[in-house]
Amino acid sequence: MNIPYTVEERPDTGLANGKLGIWLFLASEVMLFGALFSTYIILRTGAPEWPHGELNVWLGMANTFILIASSVTMVMAWASLKLNDWGKHRLYLISTFVLAGIFLVNKYFEYADHFRRGELPSHSTFLAIYYTLTGLHGIHILGGMIVMAYFMGPGAKMWKASPDQFANRIEYTGLYWHFVDLVWIFLFPVLYLL
Amino acid sequence: MDKTGIHPGGEHAHVHTDAHGEHHEELGFWRKYVFSLDHKVIGIQYAITGLLFLLFGFTLMMIMRWQLAYPGRPIPLIGLWLGQDRAPMGIMLPEFYNQLGAMHGTIMVFMGVVPLAVGGFGNFVVPLQIGAPDMAFPKLNMMSYWVYFCGGVTMLASFFPKGGAAQSGWTSYPPLAIIAPGQTLWLVGMIFLITSSLLGSINFIVTIVQLRAKGLSYMRLPFFVWAQFVTSFLLLLAFPPLEAAGVLQLMDRLAGTSFFMPSGLVVSGKPLMIAGQGNPLLWQHLFWFLAHPEVYVLILPAMGIVAEIIANNTRKPLWGYKALVYSVVFLGFMSFIVWAHHMFMTGMGTTMSAFFQTTTMIISIPSVVILTALLLSLWGASIRFTTPMLFALAFLPMFGIGGLTGLPLGLAPSDIHLHDTYYVIGHFHYVVAPGTIFALFAGIYYWFPKATGRKMNELLGKIHFWGSLICINGVFFPMFMQGLGGMNRRMYDGGAQYAHNQPLLKYNIAIGFAAWGLALFQLPFIYNFFSSIKWGALVDRNPWESTTLEWAAPSPPGHGNFLTEPIVYRGPYEYSVPGHPRDFVPQFEPEKA
Repeated sequence: MNIPYTVEERPDTGLANGKLGIWLFLASEVMLFGALFSTYIILRTGAPEWPHGELNVWLGMANTFILIASSVTMVMAWASLKLNDWGKHRLYLISTFVLAGIFLVNKYFEYADHFRRGELPSHSTFLAIYYTLTGLHGIHILGGMIVMAYFMGPGAKMWKASPDQFANRIEYTGLYWHFVDLVWIFLFPVLYLL
Repeated sequence: MDKTGIHPGGEHAHVHTDAHGEHHEELGFWRKYVFSLDHKVIGIQYAITGLLFLLFGFTLMMIMRWQLAYPGRPIPLIGLWLGQDRAPMGIMLPEFYNQLGAMHGTIMVFMGVVPLAVGGFGNFVVPLQIGAPDMAFPKLNMMSYWVYFCGGVTMLASFFPKGGAAQSGWTSYPPLAIIAPGQTLWLVGMIFLITSSLLGSINFIVTIVQLRAKGLSYMRLPFFVWAQFVTSFLLLLAFPPLEAAGVLQLMDRLAGTSFFMPSGLVVSGKPLMIAGQGNPLLWQHLFWFLAHPEVYVLILPAMGIVAEIIANNTRKPLWGYKALVYSVVFLGFMSFIVWAHHMFMTGMGTTMSAFFQTTTMIISIPSVVILTALLLSLWGASIRFTTPMLFALAFLPMFGIGGLTGLPLGLAPSDIHLHDTYYVIGHFHYVVAPGTIFALFAGIYYWFPKATGRKMNELLGKIHFWGSLICINGVFFPMFMQGLGGMNRRMYDGGAQYAHNQPLLKYNIAIGFAAWGLALFQLPFIYNFFSSIKWGALVDRNPWESTTLEWAAPSPPGHGNFLTEPIVYRGPYEYSVPGHPRDFVPQFEPEKA
């Protein structure tokens, strides 16, 4: 038994199943982070004072550029597949993975610095929402890295058997990755700058 | 044709043409019945797990009803077995009553009704009704079930650690929920259940959009599919905020944050050592942003089932199919902006109340349109009073009572008097218990022949129906009188400590007897369900002479569902078409002279 439209697009909807699926998933993710951003707004407007300058802006900014760069390499990884260039694809996918890793390492240094100064989530409402938002975002980064690792390792075999399907999967991974990137682009000014 | 139960038969073997695909004939027991990728098996797994949780949740309720009817008297049969920290000498502790209340709500809503209505019926029926070979993502489908299963196990396990299960109501309002024991496992369980629903809803939407058979345009979809479609959007978009709220509450409990904890809290005479500055109302907003759409998640699949069964048993097209479709879409949309009508008494302000009571009045319009259309469908029909039809017919007045008693709760002035009384309990139970659960029973009797190839026994079905109808009204109707008399809904002694409740206490005993009766009348159903799998009357593909696509597949359908690719030629309810020799023209039959 074969499920129709797993690879090719359904003519009247113009979509393959996976693409619709990933967009719906991202819609639910928007609601998840939307709820957390709303929480942030409500807590902040209700607080008598809100701390400023507790975070390392330079490290945050570096991470912003790292994630943007990883989004670019992610697109290139997909585009190279479409151009049938397997070597370039590997290079770009590994670059994306490495950039994501660097992001998490930076995040680790940030967290460790806070912990050393005794700034735990229970310290203040600001730190509570900071840890929750960035922690959840970090889990999303980690999830993306696991998926990329799969497509660099055992998942890569599909390129031989079904190249179109493999390219689609990299495209969906990319859509997810851009979303995770976009969340950070909101998180950075909200937590570090404002 | 294969008629040996759920076992897939041989006649569809030739459909499998893929050389390296997974032939079900080669699958072992575990892959076929336990870790199956077949939407029908997964649907049945969901349905049976959901039914077991409904039974378990009902049992919790019966223990509560004993305590309410005879406060302080030892619980018979199981009282001594409950243990010292729940019921010493068989007499229930208030803490245990609170656990039962919180877990009854959680189990019934998240582990009983939704998995049965959406996971069970949605999974089994939707791909068949749209002519698809399976769900769009079979592996994701299996994963949804097992994540739900883990959530269920977590919830059940939460009874056993010291301090017991969650005891802050199924709504888990902070600060109480953050201070009280048992809540952590509840939150972990909820995160599992939410994840399962999210995966499932993505699967349903993609399946309905992408895998409709040739010729099956949106306005030819059976109403049940429309109901599931809208339901999936509600699950997809309303559940994530609760997931966020669950994470925040977990942080409050485990990391000592104060998202929902205001400053200056004093517990048992000691000030809490927390940062404070949190907002308890925020939880209520996030919770009800899910939980109001959740109400429609509970009711829409039920309406879908009832619509199918009414069309089939009146032998007429549904009255106002398009109005039904537009109403259900509008209902889904509106359900996102009514949530704070659960919060009139929280001090959120009259402007907010005015807005939410206006939207609440607006959302009653499509509900009434749907109910009216279903009622008018009966007009002038020669009705077949089969067991599924009886349950579907009972749904109409029961949901009617549930809906109409909701109006005074949706208006802030009357809600001030009624909130937190038994009136509220009566109201929402009429919607969900004799409403939704009756519709789910209707669905079980209606689609059982498709799932097993055998019909359930009609006589036992009718005993089940009439007994349940009378008893369930005996349970919930007196609650309106108690509530109007001012009886609070959370009293573990049934309200005996208050003078104004004294004339209302006799109803507690009556409700108790109605509840035991209701339990008794489920026995014919349980017996019928299992005995019919083995000994029920054999049926062919279309025992109800129905028009929709699921009846084009064999009973039971094999893996892959249809023997030949179904093509749709007409709308879903072409019953009693003038000039046709039979009183039904299925969607899948080509027009020919």
